[in-house]
Amino acid sequence: MTQTIEISGVTHAYDTASGKLPVLDNLDFIVPSASFCAVVGPSGCGKSTLTKLVAGLLIPDQGKVLLDGRAVKGPRSTVGMAFQNPVLLEWRTILDNVILPLEIVPNKLTRSQKEDRARELLSLVGLEGFETKRPSELSGGMRQRASLCRAIAHKPDILIMDEPFGALDAFTREDLWQTMHRLRAEEPFTCMLITHDLRESIYLADQTIVLSDRPARVQHTMDTSMNGRTDLDVLYEQEAVEMLHVLRDQIKIAQGRAEDAQAAQ
Amino acid sequence: MAYVPDPAPTPAAPSGTSFVQRLTSRAVLAPIAAIIVFLLFWEGLVWFNEWPNYIMASPSDLPPAYSRYWELFLVMGWQTLWRTVVGLLLAVVVGVIIGMIMGFSRTMRDALYPLLVGFNAIPKATLVPIVALLFVGQHDFNTVLIAFLISFFPIAVSISIGLSTLEPEYRDILRALGASQTTIFWKIALPKTLPEFFGALKVAVTLAFIGTNLMEIVSPHGRGLGALFDSGKTNSDYPLMFAVLIALAILGIALYYVVVALEKIFAGWAERAPS
Ligand SMILES: Nc1ncnc2c1ncn2[C@@H]1O[C@H](COP(=O)(O)OP(=O)(O)O)[C@@H](O)[C@H]1O
Ligand SMILES: [Mg+2]
Repeated sequence: MTQTIEISGVTHAYDTASGKLPVLDNLDFIVPSASFCAVVGPSGCGKSTLTKLVAGLLIPDQGKVLLDGRAVKGPRSTVGMAFQNPVLLEWRTILDNVILPLEIVPNKLTRSQKEDRARELLSLVGLEGFETKRPSELSGGMRQRASLCRAIAHKPDILIMDEPFGALDAFTREDLWQTMHRLRAEEPFTCMLITHDLRESIYLADQTIVLSDRPARVQHTMDTSMNGRTDLDVLYEQEAVEMLHVLRDQIKIAQGRAEDAQAAQ
Repeated sequence: MAYVPDPAPTPAAPSGTSFVQRLTSRAVLAPIAAIIVFLLFWEGLVWFNEWPNYIMASPSDLPPAYSRYWELFLVMGWQTLWRTVVGLLLAVVVGVIIGMIMGFSRTMRDALYPLLVGFNAIPKATLVPIVALLFVGQHDFNTVLIAFLISFFPIAVSISIGLSTLEPEYRDILRALGASQTTIFWKIALPKTLPEFFGALKVAVTLAFIGTNLMEIVSPHGRGLGALFDSGKTNSDYPLMFAVLIALAILGIALYYVVVALEKIFAGWAERAPS
């Protein structure tokens, strides 16, 4: 079952050598169940910190992260994570890498059922035939595909992705966007995507949230659902181009370059 | 992006080739040729300088020495071998434990590192008489102890570095699923550290071997190849001394390649990793 993510009054600071570093400042937003939310914002503003809070790897100083109304108190096996670095395990085959979560979370699957699940996902992202390869034998885009499979192998309610396509070239990235739409059609999850690519947020997300510079507040929220369209052409049409303009201006404001944003108007 | 194919198999590795093919392969012939050239050079050097037996033995002196003392070589060689292996196993156990303590805790790393480095800087030859005096007559124990003391350092350091440099994302993918520290250690930290561990083990096995022989040579009425060397010295039996040296070299090579074989089995995946 997918879950609604509710970020409610979340404030967080890190203890550093030079005192408290406030990172998140009273964040409030909701990601409806089974929807896709993109979070953009200046680098270092606290986006990765937000993913750790939703994953339960960190507990906020103030406020709550609620999943279907229940406060997150720690890590849960109903979460899947993917990062910019695919962090595949080199001593395992691609198939065994995808199986990894099924070895951790409690389940009643037999070994062959786990393999079937991994194979099903690998073929969904176009990696059939690569099950017995080692990660180093794959290209960067293929590794990221495998990493996505691993993130959802245990059918998590929530998928958290932290700049998963950030290190890929533009064409590979567009391929993976389409793969992402395909996964969404087949696999149910509520998704939170951190990205610095505004076109990516428009193409993939139903809702895009712009965070301000550190300490991050919600600066702007935009409906970026493209009426369910999944072809790349949608990005070149008027509606998307206008969204792109607004988001770019919002990022400039977030970066403290408001004059640039006004000049562009 | 294009799929990158397997690198071409190395000549010695594939299981499909026949034994004869493997024997004639470069990986086997080249070192044998090098050894033959080395022995010829040695023989020639002794012959050219007309060195007598009591200054420098030549390779042709060795077979008589082996055939005369072969029983002693077997008994003493076994002594040296098991003491080295036990010392090394001890070094692995203690080194891994120290490495884990230092790898998981920053405080412990800061606290223990100078101590370890200082201990490692002490020439182990100076420990030999101390240990020999501490535990008089306990030859087996003394020898194993020195083999252990001399070899645990690289293992401890490699494990601690391997664990402390584990990228946080590796931890997070399992931690986010609610995995325990133990699970993270077995599933990720340990396998990821294995290549470094085996690199250190290759150094440690040679060190342990040196430690064993140091002790065997020094302790009176000792056993092992070191003691055999010492008795050759006492009796001015130069061919015996050189025969012991060669036996030590062979044993050292054998031990080293056992570690290499274990590395291939447990950390062979690291060879193809680009990093
Ligand atoms: N564990 C930590 N301890 C102290 N400071 C941290 C820690 N993690 C991140 N930070 C700091 O918090 C700020 C926000 O980090 P992060 O959430 O990673 O930003 P983003 O992902 O938006 O680039 C940065 O200035 C970073 O240096
Ligand atoms: Mg980040």
